[in-house]
Order: sequence, then structure tokens, then C-alpha cells
Amino acid sequence: MSRQRDRSLIAERFGTVRQAASVCLPDPSVKTPWKLETYRAGGGYTALEKVLSGQIPHADIIETLKLSNLRGRGGAGFPVGVKWSFMPRSSDVQKYVVCNSDEGEPGTCKDRDIMRLNPHALIEGMAIGGYVMGATIGYNYIRGEFREPYDVMEEAVREAREAGFLGKNVCRSGFDFDLHNCLGAGAYICGEETALLNSLEGKKGEPRFKPPFPAAYGLYGKPTTINNTESYASVPAILRADGNWLDGQWFRGLGVENSGGVKIFSVTGHVNRPGNYEIRMGTPFRDLLDMAGGVWKGRRLKAVIPGGSSVPVMPAESILKANMDYDSLQQHGSAVGAGSVIVMDETTDMVGILERIALFYYEESCGQCTPCREGTGWLYRIIRRINSGRGSMEDLDTLLDVANRIEGRTICALGDAAAWPVQSFLRHFRHEFEDKIAMDRANAA
Amino acid sequence: MESEQISLSEASMSEIDRELAKYPPDRRQSALLAALRIAQDEHGWLRPELIEHVADIIRVPAIRAHEVASFYSMYDLEPVGRHKIEVCTNISCMLRGCDKIVAHLKDVLGVDINQTTEDGRFTLKEVECLAACAGAPAMQVGHDYYEELTAEKVDRILEGLQ
Repeated sequence: MSRQRDRSLIAERFGTVRQAASVCLPDPSVKTPWKLETYRAGGGYTALEKVLSGQIPHADIIETLKLSNLRGRGGAGFPVGVKWSFMPRSSDVQKYVVCNSDEGEPGTCKDRDIMRLNPHALIEGMAIGGYVMGATIGYNYIRGEFREPYDVMEEAVREAREAGFLGKNVCRSGFDFDLHNCLGAGAYICGEETALLNSLEGKKGEPRFKPPFPAAYGLYGKPTTINNTESYASVPAILRADGNWLDGQWFRGLGVENSGGVKIFSVTGHVNRPGNYEIRMGTPFRDLLDMAGGVWKGRRLKAVIPGGSSVPVMPAESILKANMDYDSLQQHGSAVGAGSVIVMDETTDMVGILERIALFYYEESCGQCTPCREGTGWLYRIIRRINSGRGSMEDLDTLLDVANRIEGRTICALGDAAAWPVQSFLRHFRHEFEDKIAMDRANAA
Repeated sequence: MESEQISLSEASMSEIDRELAKYPPDRRQSALLAALRIAQDEHGWLRPELIEHVADIIRVPAIRAHEVASFYSMYDLEPVGRHKIEVCTNISCMLRGCDKIVAHLKDVLGVDINQTTEDGRFTLKEVECLAACAGAPAMQVGHDYYEELTAEKVDRILEGLQ
């Protein structure tokens, strides 16, 4: 009841923000986009029907995805078509496709809205993935807090099953594919793909060593492909290609070299209009900031974390020169990550922000690897000490030392993700830490 | 001491069956997270005997269920109030003033973080990023999200929670 009204409001909030094409976020003029009939009216499930018609070799679909330049939207940016090609399609062992909807990277809130507004795009993308990779079962792993998106997905799966887009003999093609939504139970680490697989197996969410990679040894030890929600949900539109079936150039052309298509950026923090913005890759950051209404309260921009708390912070002068794509953000010292743009105005206390980020990784370390389990605690305690007025200049060197000793020494990337913010905050804002320590020392003396 | 028989309702048991059906028959442990969630929804929190009861239902050793129950943050291993209020304090919410929301809740409820009101109505907690960053500051009460919070909005929400 109220939920439906709320969801229409989300769509209204997106009113001005789709720039080039509606891929993952539905056109805001469309009412109840989450319903099957609405999705069908907009061309939904025609890509799945076409793919299952038997007239298109599965290799052509992978080639289209490769050409489209769709890169994994969960943070790592690995090309989706290449990932799909790793699966041993012709082997007759059970294979799985898994969707990572464990959205939890601080600053990221796009997958929640994809599931609430456009659940059928995700289902269609996963079903296409199942067919292309020879998997008959899919699991959509949704973070435990997402009860509303879970309910929406459950309803959409029910609709799709009744209409013959899931289950036995999908679209009367002879292909079986079923999809299950599963809820996590509160653990950031389960966004790491192998931790997610352990969680799906009913275990603690501890990451596994790679190799073996999931395409060889995944869920229950069977070949598995894991993609982010936005990645799967992009697939149907890419194959439809605005009417030019299987023309990967269409999506590719929406973006720039090495960064195909449109992507959702969650713009949050000190802006006038926070929200999810599905824009062309390569859009200048300045334009995105304008779309979000600019920095709030007429203040000046101080810094931006462009891809979620794990990627390096950028001072205003760097981000204002950058474009929102993989190459440009990397050239300017950071990364697209999950597209989570956290905007900070000139009044922001960088020591306080870093303390909060450090607390997060300390809380969320799974405890499996010593450098991360112990190191994240060290980082947090040192920054808290500085922030509470008891720091010393040597602490700054110790911080960097600890961060450097975590980086690259853990099974998964959480250790790196804890180290990078510390390194980048000290690289760009060391003077704020030094000023704070000096002032606290002077006051104490 | 523990003469009270731990059990789950028929509704909970059939919900667990629906979860089990999502996985291969020889992979019952996959439904362990869901079964613990369902048990907690019915009983309010997970006492050790309840965790072991769930382990029996899923047919895994008790230690497997204890491991999972203690690993994930949404399981309550101690009693909580009828309404669990969890305020996001991560950076996007921090930048939009979640400290004021936390202070207001502490003030109105008369409790600190991780405490329950004397009447057992509310437990106040902080939570890591809820992925509602565009609606910051945000909080979760039970299964529901509330976004773009102000002190006045919080008061109205509390009134509706008996």
C-alpha cells in the first residue's frame, strides 16, 4: 500500500536524471515499472525470447557483450562478456549463475532501486546469463536488510514464473531456468564473491582463496558466475540495442573508450539533490554535480570519494577535472568502484570522516586474515586517538605503516579497501591531521 | 532450569520448508541463514537452545548454527525490545547529520546505543551502511526503512510503534 506510493516517489525523484537511455532505471514517466505487464509493454523479455528462439548462437551473445564494453558494476569493472566466456558451457555438470545484490559499500544505493523499480530487468538478465552459460539455476543473493527489495523480487519472480519466463521449458524453448531470491543476514564481507558463495552454502561469509576461480569451482564446488545486480540488469537493453538487435556498438557508443554505456552513479552527501543518476560513462564530474543540484548551502566543494568508501578520496581540484569513467578517474588517482559519489563540502572534517571509514572496516573485517583482522583495529584506534585529541605526529607514520602492511597481504580485497582510504586521506589532507595534532598538543601544554 | 520446550510454529516450519526447497536436497545447510532468521522473527531473539533447535531442523551440527548466528550482525543473541531501531551512521548519513538523529533518539528514549527502554518497547542501535545513502539520514526499524529523517519525523515514527 504505502510501499507502492513510496516507489512512485522514487521514480519522480529520478525525473531529471536519465541522460541518454533507460537501461537499469526505468523511465520516470512509466507508472508501476516493477510490474510484468509494464515491463513487457516496454519491450521486456523480448531479448530472452530472441535468445531462446534458437536462431542466435550463444557465442554471438557473448561477443555482443564484449563489444558493448559492459564492465562489472559491482566495483571491480571486469568485462562481463569475458567473464561469461570462462564458463564451461558444454560440460554437463550443474552450473549456477549468481547475482550479487549484497549492496553495502558505503555510499552505494543503486541496486536497491534497480530491484525495487526494475526487478524484471534483473530476472531477464539472469535468465539470459543462464542460457548463455548453460546454467539452469540462478540465485539472487540480497542483503538481509533489504526486506522490501526482496519482497518486490519475490513477487516479480512469481509473475515471471507464471508467464513462462522462468521454470521448466522457458518460452517453450526446452531450456529450464529457475531463479531464487535469498536473503543474507548482515555482513558487508558477503559482497565479496567467494564469501557470498559460502554464505549461500549456509556458512560464515569468509572469502575463499582464488584460484580456483568460481567459474571452475563456485557454489557447491560447481562452475558459477557471479555478477552485480546492475550488470545483469543491463544485459537485456544491451541485446535489444534500441532495435538494432545484438549491435554491441549501441551500448558502447553511449559511453567512451574502455567504459561502455551508461552507468548509475549514486550521488550522496553534501549536494542539493542526492539520488541515483544513470548517465553516460565519460560525463564530466562537473555535469553530474550540476544534475545533483550542486554543492548544498552555497558552499564550495572540498573533496569527493567517487566510487564508495573503498576507493581513494579526491580533492576538489582533481575531481573537477575528471570524467566519470574508468580511465579518467584512474588517471586522477581514484576509481569508478561501484559508482558511489560521496560529496563533501568545505566544512567537512576529514579526520572525522576517516575515523568513521576506519571503524567500518574494523567492524566488517571477517577476521580470517591476521593483517586485516588486527590491522583494521590498529587503524581505527590510532585515528580515534588523533580525533579525540590524544594523537602525536608519529601516529601518522604508524598509520601509513600499518596500512601498507595490510595492503596486498590478505585473501580478499577488504584489506586493501581498508588501507586505501587511509593512504589517500593522508596523501591529500595530511595537513588537516597535522594541524589537529599540533593544536591539541598546544592546548594540552 | 530450562524446562521450557523450544519449538517453532507451523507457519515458521512451512516457511523454512519453502526456503529449503530453493536449494538442492543434499544442501540443506544453505537454508540455515533463513531458518535462523525465521526463528528469530518468531521468538524475538536467538537463545542458544533455539539456535540448536534450528540446527536440528536443518540437520547440521549445533556448532555450524552457532558459527553462523554469531557471524552475521542481524541475529540478536540477546533479548531486544519489541522495536529494534538501527540508525545508519556511515559516511553518507554522517554528512547529512545522523549525529543529530542519534542524539535525538537517545534523548527521547532515554537510552544509550545498544540499550533497551525499561518498558521493553525500543532497542536503539547503530548500523553500518544500509544502502539508502540518497535518502540520508536513514534508519531501519524492524524490517522497514525510514529515510530523509528529521527529529520531527522520528517523533512521528516512534508514535506509530507501540
